[in-house]
Amino acid sequence: MKAARLFKGYALAYLVFLYAPIILLPLFAFNDGTIIAFPLQGFTTKWFEAMWNNVTLLKAVKNSLIISCSSAVLATCLGIFAARAATRYKFPAKGAIMGLVMLPLVLPEIIVAVSLFGVLLGLGIPLTIWTVILGHVLICTPYTIAILNSSFQSLDQSLEEAAIDLGETQWSTFRLIILPLVAPGIISSLLISFTISLDEFIIAFFLAGTEPTLPVYIFSQFRFPAKVPEIMALGTILVLLSVTLLAIAEYFRRRGIAKSGGKDTGGFL
Amino acid sequence: MSLQGLKRRRARSDASSGLMLVSPPAIYAVILLAAPLVLLLLYSFLTDGYLSIIWEFTLCNYVGECASMQQNADGTLTPTTPYLGAWSDPVVRAVMLRSLGIAVAVTVATVVLAFPVAYFVSFYVKPGRKSMWLFLITIPFWTSYLIRVFLWKVILGYNGVLNSGLLGLGLIEEPLTFILYNANAVVITLAHAYAPFAILPIFVALEKIDRSLLEAGQDLGESRLMTFWRVTLPLAMPGVVAAVLIVFIPVIGDYVTPQQVGGPEGRMVANMIYLQYLRLDNYPAGSAIAVSAMVLVTSVSLLFLFLNRRFLKGSKG
Repeated sequence: MKAARLFKGYALAYLVFLYAPIILLPLFAFNDGTIIAFPLQGFTTKWFEAMWNNVTLLKAVKNSLIISCSSAVLATCLGIFAARAATRYKFPAKGAIMGLVMLPLVLPEIIVAVSLFGVLLGLGIPLTIWTVILGHVLICTPYTIAILNSSFQSLDQSLEEAAIDLGETQWSTFRLIILPLVAPGIISSLLISFTISLDEFIIAFFLAGTEPTLPVYIFSQFRFPAKVPEIMALGTILVLLSVTLLAIAEYFRRRGIAKSGGKDTGGFL
Repeated sequence: MSLQGLKRRRARSDASSGLMLVSPPAIYAVILLAAPLVLLLLYSFLTDGYLSIIWEFTLCNYVGECASMQQNADGTLTPTTPYLGAWSDPVVRAVMLRSLGIAVAVTVATVVLAFPVAYFVSFYVKPGRKSMWLFLITIPFWTSYLIRVFLWKVILGYNGVLNSGLLGLGLIEEPLTFILYNANAVVITLAHAYAPFAILPIFVALEKIDRSLLEAGQDLGESRLMTFWRVTLPLAMPGVVAAVLIVFIPVIGDYVTPQQVGGPEGRMVANMIYLQYLRLDNYPAGSAIAVSAMVLVTSVSLLFLFLNRRFLKGSKG
């Protein structure tokens, strides 16, 4: 198996390339020096303290959390509607409608950002965190549909028919039978859209007005070299947070697949 | 009632339930996606009135010379700052071509580098451990994009990790300067950022390949390499095509990477749109650039799909 070893070596080298920047994060977050370069100066936790006392940063975190939570919930609700309609019903112009809803997936984000910016400006709507939520729901919905489609697809339609035959209404069938079965999909879709929204920059940059989100704040700090170690500390915490969230999402996704008796076909997206 | 009538009635109620269900996301997308895109197109044909739009139809945001207008008290317009339309301005044209070039380079680099990884995970990793590999591959992608881009600046810089490492090993005598603040840096950073987008669709396509076909190829006397070339690769093409589009489309509109690591010669079309919209406050000119970029992306993608049509026949991936 010479080829196998060759491929494995390559894949491992590729993982090193993928993780190279991220491994640097904690190194500089605990480095006792303002310049982000080697050699390291010594161990400190002062950047984490500075971060904790930075009021602007905490405000940006709060904005981001409001935006990400709202976007995740709204996008997942829209995703449930769309995925249920797409997997269960045949209706006219299905391709065109689903194509439009999924369009943000294949549209450069800057286009979504400027076109929304233009509309809000034209209507004279002030830019706040609510306008960012509008944009984020738009780009998160296609991801939620992709995740929920596979949950709804693996549903056995006879379960639903049985419930209706036994006297349940359409709504109670949905609530009692379908919802519990797709719950793992819903949880992973919530987590994925939360993560996407939390990390999204360009739409927030255009639509946030005077209320920066976390990425917009981070971007503005790159201009001040003295602030960068603090950002490294923040980045370290963000990495830990997203790894945890992803591990939870992955757990629920697998449980969902196990529940419906399907075969595991791979990761997200 | 006849069976036929029953079927027809069922189809009709299916259609109305489906439409009812799909209407919330559909209406949302119409109001916040379709309408804004139409407005963007409309803006690009109107006249700039500095921070406002003047409803005077013009083609000059695309071709020829344009001028921002100042509205006088009596309603007449006085031309103020002149500028060139998107297609006539050599600067915009150069940036557009560069964005295309960078996006193609990133796409080729990402897909070529990613293919062996997807192949390894699909063909050599034990089924039980595949999700672990995919998980490992996707984790870096979910960490803050901005911070990753910034860290590439730290790696590629004059006193950066790469240069000090290579200097320390004695492999180079002077720091390399061609890897930061130019198009190369943009390509490296974006190839890193979009890696999982390329790996996952190729992996899915490879997983779908019936392994007995490969055995058949080899039983019929083809070498391993020829089997790969004549059986595996054509069957994996839908995945490769998806990977190419998924990487190419967002990359051409990327703002952060060219802004952070690109320097003056690495600027791309999104930076141009930003400049027009938020710095110069010229919405019609910005819209014209955005629409042109969208047309460029769409036509290149459609051309690519057309060239690969024989691989996509009969599959929906």
